Formats: sequence, C-alpha cells, structure tokens
Amino acid sequence: MNPAEPNTQTAVTLSIDGREVTVPEGQTILAACTAAGVETPTICWAPNLTPVNVCRVCVVELEGSRTLVPACSRPVEAGMQISTDSERVRHSRRMVLEFLGSANDLSQASEIADWSRHYGADPARYDAPCSDDGSPGSTAGGEAGLEPERVDEPVRIQDDLYIRAYDRCVLCYKCVEACGDDAQHTFAIAVAGRGFDARIRTEYDTELPESACVYCGNCVAVCPTGALQFRTEFDLRAVGEWRPDDQTVTRTVCSYCGVGCNLELHVQDERIVKVTSPADHSVTNGHLCIKGRFGWEYVHAPAFEPPSTDTAER
Amino acid sequence: MFGFGGGTSSYEEITETDVVLLWGSNAREAHPIFFHHLLRGIDNGAAMYAVDPRRTSSAEFADVWLGLDVGTDIALANTVAREIIAQGLHNRSFIEHATTGFDDYAASVEPFTLDEGERLTGVPAEAIAEMAHAYATAPRAQILWTLGITEHHTAVENVLSLCNLALLTGHVGRWGSGLVPLRGQNNVQGGGDMGALPDRLPGFQLLSDPQVRARYESTWGCELNPIPGKHLTLMFDAMEEGELRALYVIGENPADSEANVAHARKLLEGLDLLVVQDISLTRTARMADVVLPAAAGWASSEGTVTSSERRVQRVRAAVPPQGDARDDVRIISELASHMGVQWTATSAHELWDEMRSLSPLHGGMSWERLEASGGLQWPCPHEDHPGAEFLHSWLWEPGLDGHAPAPFSTVVHRPPAEALSEQFPLRLTTGRVLDSYNTGAQSAGYSSPIRSGDAIEVSPADAAQLEIVEGDTVRVSSPRGSVDMEVHVTDRLPTGLVFTTFHFPDLVDANLLTNDAWDPRSGTAEFKAAAVRIDPLRDGASRQAVAAGGAGG
Amino acid sequence: MADLHFSDAEPTASERQAVLAALSVNGAGDGAVVVDHPRVVRGGTRRRKQLRHLLLPALHALQREAGWISPGGLNFVGRTLGVPPAEAYGVATFYEMFRTDSPSHELSVRHVCVDPICALAGAAPLAEHLRSQGHAVHEGPCLGQCERAPAVFIQGRREPDRVPADDSGPDSLLVSVTASTPESPSLLRQMIERGFDNGESTSMEAYRQRGGGAALDAALRLGPDDVIAQVSAAGLSGRGGAAFPTGIKWRAVADGNGPCHVVANIDESEPGTFKDRLLCELEPLAIIESMAVAGLVVGAQQGWIYIRGEYPLATQRLRGAIAQARSAGWLGDDAAGSGQQFDIELRRGAGAYICGEETALFNSLEGFRGEPRNKPPFPTTHGLFGQPTVVNNPETLLNVNEILRIGPEAYRSVGTEGSPGTKLFCLSGHVGRPGLYEAPFGTPLGELLELAGGVQGTLAAVLLGGAAGSFVGPDALALPLSLEDTRAAGTTLGSGPVMVFNDSADMSGVIERLAKFFRDESCGQCVPCRVGTVRQHELVTSIRRAGGPTEPQRELLGDIADAMGDASICGLGHTAASAVMSAMRLGLLEAEPAGEAVARAARERSEQEREEMGGTARVAQQRDSLGDSAS
Repeated sequence: MNPAEPNTQTAVTLSIDGREVTVPEGQTILAACTAAGVETPTICWAPNLTPVNVCRVCVVELEGSRTLVPACSRPVEAGMQISTDSERVRHSRRMVLEFLGSANDLSQASEIADWSRHYGADPARYDAPCSDDGSPGSTAGGEAGLEPERVDEPVRIQDDLYIRAYDRCVLCYKCVEACGDDAQHTFAIAVAGRGFDARIRTEYDTELPESACVYCGNCVAVCPTGALQFRTEFDLRAVGEWRPDDQTVTRTVCSYCGVGCNLELHVQDERIVKVTSPADHSVTNGHLCIKGRFGWEYVHAPAFEPPSTDTAER
Repeated sequence: MFGFGGGTSSYEEITETDVVLLWGSNAREAHPIFFHHLLRGIDNGAAMYAVDPRRTSSAEFADVWLGLDVGTDIALANTVAREIIAQGLHNRSFIEHATTGFDDYAASVEPFTLDEGERLTGVPAEAIAEMAHAYATAPRAQILWTLGITEHHTAVENVLSLCNLALLTGHVGRWGSGLVPLRGQNNVQGGGDMGALPDRLPGFQLLSDPQVRARYESTWGCELNPIPGKHLTLMFDAMEEGELRALYVIGENPADSEANVAHARKLLEGLDLLVVQDISLTRTARMADVVLPAAAGWASSEGTVTSSERRVQRVRAAVPPQGDARDDVRIISELASHMGVQWTATSAHELWDEMRSLSPLHGGMSWERLEASGGLQWPCPHEDHPGAEFLHSWLWEPGLDGHAPAPFSTVVHRPPAEALSEQFPLRLTTGRVLDSYNTGAQSAGYSSPIRSGDAIEVSPADAAQLEIVEGDTVRVSSPRGSVDMEVHVTDRLPTGLVFTTFHFPDLVDANLLTNDAWDPRSGTAEFKAAAVRIDPLRDGASRQAVAAGGAGG
Repeated sequence: MADLHFSDAEPTASERQAVLAALSVNGAGDGAVVVDHPRVVRGGTRRRKQLRHLLLPALHALQREAGWISPGGLNFVGRTLGVPPAEAYGVATFYEMFRTDSPSHELSVRHVCVDPICALAGAAPLAEHLRSQGHAVHEGPCLGQCERAPAVFIQGRREPDRVPADDSGPDSLLVSVTASTPESPSLLRQMIERGFDNGESTSMEAYRQRGGGAALDAALRLGPDDVIAQVSAAGLSGRGGAAFPTGIKWRAVADGNGPCHVVANIDESEPGTFKDRLLCELEPLAIIESMAVAGLVVGAQQGWIYIRGEYPLATQRLRGAIAQARSAGWLGDDAAGSGQQFDIELRRGAGAYICGEETALFNSLEGFRGEPRNKPPFPTTHGLFGQPTVVNNPETLLNVNEILRIGPEAYRSVGTEGSPGTKLFCLSGHVGRPGLYEAPFGTPLGELLELAGGVQGTLAAVLLGGAAGSFVGPDALALPLSLEDTRAAGTTLGSGPVMVFNDSADMSGVIERLAKFFRDESCGQCVPCRVGTVRQHELVTSIRRAGGPTEPQRELLGDIADAMGDASICGLGHTAASAVMSAMRLGLLEAEPAGEAVARAARERSEQEREEMGGTARVAQQRDSLGDSAS
C-alpha cells in the first residue's frame, strides 16, 4: 500500500552482554539494548530527536573499538560484541554523572539522580576539604584545593509561560534541537560560548519575548533537568505544591485547529498544571504549538465570566 | 473530493513528496504541527511554492512565493492547467484511464495563457510557468489549502480548480501525492463526517437516498425529514425573511464571527428565541434568551474528534466541568427528555457504536481500537482494516475498481464580489495568527508573550501614501462599517492589500468590515475579500467601531 | 510574524560594505531572500542552507571592520545569509578571534602566546610590555611560532592581520637529514637550498623552474588508480597525528558516489607545532599542486583550504598560489588539462584548537560551531557537507608529491618498515637551535636533539606530540621516533612537536598551563571533556600549590583521565589527560624539581634586570638571541 516503505528489512544479530540479539538494520545499539531488556541511562537522547550523543552516559564497550561508543547513535552491525556493564562502562557512566553532579543543580533531575545512585557517583570528591587540620580528607580537592567551578546562573523569568534556570542545564542540546531542525525550525536558541562556559542562549542573551521564540514549549518538554520549566510548575514548586505523585495524566486531543494533536493533560487538584504530547504519536511526535501547550486556561476560568481581553494588549 | 469531504493524504506523506503547492494557507501559524511534517518534507528535498496574496511566515519557507491578487485563484489554477497542457506535461494515460470531461476542461482553460494569467492574477508569467512545470513533472506532488481558498464567494469552484490540477497530472490516489484541505477546527472534519451538513447523514450518506434513510429510521425508530436543512448562511437569510424564528447555537459565536457582523447581530436580536450552549459567555451567549453552560469537550468529556487526515481520535475527560457546566451530550439528551423522548444511548461509547453501525466509513473503528491506537483514519469499513492512509487509490486500479471516472470541472474565474472603488480602494483580507484563535473564546484566556492584538497591516507603499506610520490609529471603513485600529507596516503585503486578524472582537470588531457575500454551493462567506478605505485619525479622535448606518461595537 | 526574527539593530554602512565585500555579492540580491518581482520572492530553507558556509567569512569581515560582532552587523549577516541570529551568535562566540561583548574594541589586538615554550621565552613580560605601550593584548594559546618564541600575532582592526616576526623576514631554521641526496624523500630540500626570500620563490615561474608541476604531470600520466597504488605502496600515513594510511583514505573517497571534496587541514594548532605554517609560507604552490592531484585522483570538483586565522603570511601566500594555479590552468573547469573540474576555496579559521579535528573543521567550514561529530561515519563517506571527503595536512600532501617524484621504493628507502619516509619535527624550548627538522622515521630522540644543537642545560623532560602528547624523561633519548616505537613506549609523535625542558623549567607550571589549555580549548559539547578538563585543571592547580599530589588526587586524576579517554567524542578529550598523566608518572608534579629554586632565583634576577633595562630592550635581546641561534 505504501510504496515508500522498504519491503524487506534486513535483520542484524549482535551480542549484548553475551546474549544474542537480533534487531532490524539501521537501529542503534540503544534500541538493541532495549530490545534485549538492558536498561541504558540516557540524558541527551530522546525518542523524538536526532541523537546528538553529547552526554556520553549511554556509552558501551564495543569489542575492537579503542574507546567506548555511544549507544544512542551508533548503528548496529552484525557481529558486534557489546558490553554494557563492564568496569570501563561503569566507570565512564559514573564519571559523567559525577561530573554533572559537581557542576549543576540536579535537584530536579530525578532520573539522573537515580542513575547517579546506581553507579555510585560521588560529586563531593571534587570539593575542597573542610577538615579542620587541613589534611586532605575523602575529597581530592587537596589542601590548597579550589572550589570546583559550577554552572552559576540566575533564574530567568521573562514571561508568564516559561522559566529558564541554567544552573540546572547540563547542555544536552535537546532544547536547541527541538527549537531547531528536529521540530520547530525557529532557532530562537543555540549553544553559545565554548567549553565549560558554553550556555544555551538567545542572540546576545536577548530576553525571550524579544527573541524569535514562539513559545511552543517544545524545549521545555524535552528538558531533562528542570532547567526549562513551565511557569505553572515553577510557581507550584515555589510554594511546595508541585506533587507529581498526585497528578493524573489524561490523553486527549487539542481543542484548536484541525491537525489533531494529542495532548497529555497533567492534572493536580482538578486543575491542569502541565500539557505534554506523547513522543510516539504520529501527528505530533511529542511537539505542540503555543495554543495546544498553553491555551487551556479558559477551562478553569470562573464559569461564565466573559473571557478577559485585557491580555490582548501587551 | 470525489465523493467524500476529506483530505486525500496522511501527514506523513508530505515528508516524502517532491513538490508542495501551499495555496491560500498560512499553515506555519494556523496549523503549526502539520507544518512540522511539511518542514521535514522540505528538509528531505521537497520544493515548495507558496501561493498567497500575503508573503506569510509559511511563505518564508517556500522556494518561491507567488503573490496573487485576492480572489484570483481560479485564474491562476486555470493558467497553470493551460500551461501544463500547452507544454504536453499532462498525464495523458491517467486522464484517459481515470477521468472524464478533459476536452471540455482543456477548452475552458485555453483562454488562460500565461500573459492572461499574469494580467488577471498579478503574478508574472514566468513564475506561473515555473510552478506549473514543477508540479507537473514532480514524481509526487501535493496541493494544500486552507481558508484562503474557501472563504470566497467562489469557494467550491476554487477547490474544484485545484482538484482539476491533480487530475490533470495524476497527483492523486498515490502515496505522496494528493489534495489536502487543512481543517481550521479540531472537529470540523468530524462534524461533517457525523452528518452536520444539511443534506447528509453520518459517513457522507445522502439524506435524499431512501435506502440510507430507511436504515437510520429503523435504528432510530422514527421518521426522518427528507428535506435538507439550511446551512449557516441560509439560516441567516431565513432569519432575514422571518422564516426562521428560533435558533439553538452550540459552540459557535456568530455574533462575533460572521462576516458583516453588524447585520448578523441585528438578525440574532430579532429572533423570538435564541438558545446558546457554549463553554463561555460569548457575545452570542450574552444575547441569548437561554444559555446552557457546556463543559469544554476536549478536557471534560468523553468522545472523538476527527482531524484533517481523517484520523478519528479519542478525547477524554481530565478535569470536571466548571460550575454548572455539563457535557454536551448530557445537555442534548436532557433536552430530548424534556421533549418527551428517552434516549437509551447516552455514553460516548454507546453513541459511537450506534454511529458506526450506520456509517460504513467508520464501521471498523471499534471503541476498543480507538482507545488502543493513536487514532484510525477513515474509511475503515471493518475491524481488520488498518484505516486508509490515502484516498482514491482506485483511480489507478484496472477498471477503476468499479468506480465512475473522476470528472474534470470547468470553472470560471469570477473576481471578488466586492470590487475596489474610488471610495474603497484597498483590498482587505483576514486571517489567523499563531497564538490566537477565532474570536478568542478559548485563546484570550492565556497570557501569550507574543500577542500583538488585532492591528491593520499595511504595505510600506500604502502607508507612505496614506501618510501613516507604525503605531498610528486609523479608521478602517468598508461599505458595512468602520473600525478604528492600530497600524502595523509590513513588507509582507503587496501594495493595495491590507490585512487583519479577528481574534479580539471586544477590542477590534474586525468583522464589521468583512463581506457577507457567500458561495451558494458551500454557504461560506467571502471573509477574504472586502473593499476598504483607511483614514488617518488625527489627534483627539477617540477610537470606535460602528456599523454603517447604525451603532455598533 | 516573520519566521526569521531579528532585532531592530541595524548595521553601520561600513559593516554592510565589509560583509558584502567579503561575500562578493551585490546587495541582498544573491542572498537568502531574492525579490524577483513585487509578487515573486525566492527564499526558503534550501537556499539558506546553501549560503550557510559563508557565515565564517562574513563574521571575519565584521570583526575586522568593527572590532566586534555587533548586533546590527550580526542581523545583517543573518538576513543576508538566512542564518537565525541565535545561531550566528552561537557560532561567533565559539571562536577566540571574535568578540561579541561590547563595542569598545578600537584597537588591533596583539595575541601573545602563553603556552609553555613562549612562557619560557618570556611571554608574560612581553604581554605586560605591550600593554604598557597601550596595545590591546590577548593572552592565548599557541600561535605556531614556537621556533621564534615568544610569539605575537596582531589581529588587525581596519588593517590586515600580521605577525611582527614576519616583517623582519623569516628567521626560522630548517634542517633536513635526507636533503643531501635527491633520490631520498625530502620535503625541505629545495626550501633549504634556496634559503629564505621574501616570497619571490613562491611564484609559479620559480616553482616550475625547480621542477614544480611534476607531481601533477605524473598523476595525469599514471591515472587515479596508479597514483593511489603508489601512495599505498609507499606506506604513506597521515602526518597530523592519527597516522591513518593515506592510500586507504583516497581509495575510499574515490570509490564513493556523488560529489566529494578535498580539504587541506591547515588548522595547525597543536602547541609546539609550526611545520605546516612554514610549508605554506615557503612552498604554497606545492600544496596547491598536491591538492589538485588529490582532487583529480578522487574525482573531487572542489578543494578547500582551512587555515588557522593566526597565519596571515601563509594565508596570503596560499591565496597567491591559488590565483597563480588558476592562471596556469591547474585549477578550473579543465584542471591541468585533465578534463575534470577542480578548484580551491580558502577559508580562515578564527581561533579554535578544536577545529583542527577534521569533523570539527567540517562544521566550522560549513558555518556551524566547530564541534566534532561522532565517528563513525567517517569523513571518507560523510565528510564536508555530508559528502565523501579527503582531509590531509600539508606535510602529508607534500609527501604525495615526493612519492610521485621518486617512486614508492625510493620513498621507502628511508624510515622504518612500519613508518616509511621522513617526519618533520618541530623543535622548541631548551635546545641549541630550535627549528623545523626533517629526519627519517626511527631517528632516535637523542640524535634529533643533538642535531638541534643539544639540550641547553640538564634535560628534565621532553614533551612529544604537544599538549595532546606525553612527556618522556631523560631515559628516553634512545627512543626511535617511529610510529610503532613511540606507540610501544606509550607515547606519541603526534604532529611532530618536540618541546624540550631543562631543569630550570617550572614543570608543574608547564603542566598546569597544559591543563588550562584543554580547559580553554574544549568545545564543551560532551560532558567528559567539558567538565573533565575543568576538574583536571583545578586538581593540577591544587597539586601545584600543595607541592605534590595526595593519593586521592592521584586516583581522581586517573579516574578523570580514564573517563575523558574512553567516553569523549573526539581526540581532544581522548588526549586531554595524556600529558598530565605522563607528567605524574614521571614525577613532574611532585614538589619543585631540584633546579627550580635556582631557576626561580634566575627569574627573579631577570625580572629585576628587566625593570632596570625597560621591557623593550629585554624582549629585543631575547628575540635576538633566538634569532642568532636560528641563523
């Protein structure tokens, strides 16, 4: 029926942790690991974005390769011998998590925290010692140790829809991809600067409402650390009322145009607190526009008050 | 088209097409997530031609923008057709196999030479020829359109003129080629599918067909009135003639959204009874004798909606309705009960099962399948059917799979109903912007950082000629009324064309200006073409909006 | 709402003009949006993509004109090329030579190298002196002039970029062990024979007279397959550090489908390396010739030179060579009478060590941030613009000419079995005669040092391979400098830098600077390198202050090194701990070396002298003394 679909898909067999796995050609090692029931930590990977393989937490050991390889982007080849839990793999994963923990506020990155515990990451190793006698304690910063440099950024609150707290940003590039050619093609943000000083920025750090941003929220939706957050969540967290465990998630269809975007309404105390879209939905691939993402507030408007038009004048 | 009111293609197909004609659509803002698919297609190598009087944000992604005069779509389509035929680029074997009426059609477009096309549309001949060649020679090509095609007094003919191009080139009935009208509301497709058309029953079955009627009558246990009802525009005519005295409005805000809205308001005010069922107290609701507060269907009700790719998808209740609001089905059922009928099927699931037992297009879409899948595309006649990715593959089957050949339609170019004049020398067209929606009943409720309100957009040349600058307040007048608006000067408009949105009727009553001349075949009013004048408001003038010959706004 | 969104900032007339001149386009007519007619406008993303590679030249033009990348200038570039401003800003902020912070850049900028060799040679006082004279000074990484340290490069504001040392004529020493017999491969023979001049010998006429063009003739005579066969038979491997067999690379690209490219990687930025700069300055036409050979052999229509922005003389000579090669018909629609089209475009880098990594170079050249790509896929299949690409540096390219000149057998007559031919070594630091040395692969380190006039003072350590290489101690003098022997010894030749330190050198300071170098030069893309280089630098700094590492510090340095080496995306991260770890193994991070106290005393004395004499004299004297040794 669909002449564009390849008729035959070649299968590739490889070994993961000593077990044979067969997956379609063109899939990644990550997909093969998932198929084999091996859980792999990821930070910069998302099912609806092109892999950028920058976080390196998904690295695996590939026999014959001098270095570890990123599972998220490396296509499978027949006969690959993959180890996902060797000492080398565990070490690099632990170090990546430790590095991030030593540089960023990960208090709202629960998945990263779980993996950090799993791999025994100890970001405090880089701290200068605090023992009174000045002798190096369990930390390696040393007597004359320097405070490890951290990503230090103020929270940017420039509108009613988002906040940006870049001290939590681990530079996974997901927001840049979602804003750019993986979805929205708006390119309001990019990585600027270099090395440890690299940051996600608008041009000249222009305030978001003055930038090219169209507030689709697709960057916020893919952020793994809470560096980008919807105001609803940020405000509830500020008063200690953000309770994910008390939230229901209901899938429905957007009330605006006729494209048929599926929405996941996150509801807490009978109020919508966040809107996302399933990454595997063929219509949205997880991405929405400003109306679908934020245009729900009228649902909670006091019954039969005329809609306010004050906001029309900016 | 060709029997069903639905786009032929799946969104996914546009990622694998070669040429896209985006015609009268600013999908970048009006259908942003569909546009993601289109962008992937462009990234994959598709060439895009944007046909629109305005150089819209969608047109920025086009290889070529063709800025035709408002209301000259048929002239352009016919010129494209004539060029394709003149260059021998039409698909002769397909035409022979799958269509009728080619000779008459070819004769009807013969006068539309490239030069004539340029004269009628304002688009240079070379660009028309380039687009014609690209479309005709592409392995796969799609034509997409929105209200830029249908909000004209020639709406149906506009659509047919585009269908003709697909038949001429065989760009229909195949993966990656097709004709795709993008639907403006989340269930405008589903509404039509479900029989919310004056002459249809669910599944586009003709009310006039006694066999069809009989099936419904036996299921519903009542007799159906075989006389087609009235579409919206005819209803207003009937109000005008005093024939229609009571109106039950569900989820529509005609007192803001109708063209020549002052006239519409007058008619609504003159009714004996106006009942409005809506999610908020719209202007229409404020005029009503009875208001029935409704729950927001997509967030507080169970049911389905159908998208532009004919995909039926579930909506689900996530939050309770506010205050006294109730689910639409419950309101209607209780009304029926008050009228003395006890309906047994009241849950969305039960209603759906009843509907699909009567509509062959939906027969295979069990509630369970809809729950489990990301939606199913009609036609889906039986439960083993995966749903149709694209329509009309029979056009390519031997013997057309038993179908009648697809007819070419001869369509005549007719300019906008309202000609420009010395008194009203500017062409006004209207449209949506990204962050707002229709009359704002929903979208005014959230705080958009990019909202700019309804301004009158003016080309630099016109602004200079009128001696107005960005931010000035001007009075925009049409034969039907005047509205004071702020000026936004933009080089995205050709000289002579002005543009506004209609999202903030309480602030800017833009539909006081629009023309209610309408297409007799679809009932759509000509929102896209009014004749207006702009008068600078000098110091001291206060802002107002008035209908011609009476108080308004 | 326009989709490309720009602020209201407008360019100045001069910024506009500078950008348009750089892009050689007339107005916006050839830009991202073309108004054919009031009703017909061409644009779209395809058009934007085709223009993107012009971003770097446009930013260079802005920087030179305005002293910074102003918002108005950036908007103009963005509108003209269809690049979103956030993206253009992201690119501009990637490079050392571009400023985006404030409009107060009225002066040309004097870049002073502060990497180890220049630091030993007095970079810090030089920088201070230049500042005291009112110059704008930027202290930065290696400028590729280690043989005449301390190095300065002037980034011109409304004046051409220049290197002051070039003004006084090249004073670099070239030595070749194999130059005496014409049958032996030697890249430097003719350059040594004719000595330095002011560029007269870079003319096509002079080049022809000394046999230039023979490689092209041979390539046309042999045909692509035989050229590749000869290169393979000669055992030529890449001279940039990775030592990948050139014949295999060329074969793979020649076998690919569709358009392909030849790229000369002249982004030589490894501290201690200056060989490609000298080759380009002295024999630019040979590089063009060899690129043409590569182009004809692999079937590329387009060649690209990516040269680091800090090499103005080499850039100028290469530009001249391209123009001459076009006139001579080597480049063009019928390159060298081959019937094939081949031309070369030159692009300047803008200050980023990472852009020497081939995939980072592609991104930079394409107008993106110079961030490396994950490999595989490799450049031979997915290179520049995603198309098959041959990337070689000048030394490798000139070796091709040598192979075609003398044949693979003669070529193999020098060097070792595993490393045939010669290698260019960049000697710097505490040797008698710093300079560029050509010696057969396998020459023992000690012999090479002797050739260069021997170690000055008592040898403490030699850094082989630059910042990305590793230290060896005095016990390594017998080490044969071949690919296989250095690999077996756990070290590397890299691109050929040999940096010599005697016992007066503040080794922990040298190591701290190397750690700082990687911290500064990490592109920031991957976590292990972005954070690892910072933690490594912090640790080394702590260790230096404390006078030696504790056990937890040793362990942590090792942990960091393993993660960077195993999990980083590219070679920068893979090697960022190499020098530090080798130094720790050699005990160079322990409390100050024996000679340090003496050296410090000497330093303090000389500082006192400098104050007495005034900075200029001191610096001049130092330059003279180095100049003497190179003459």
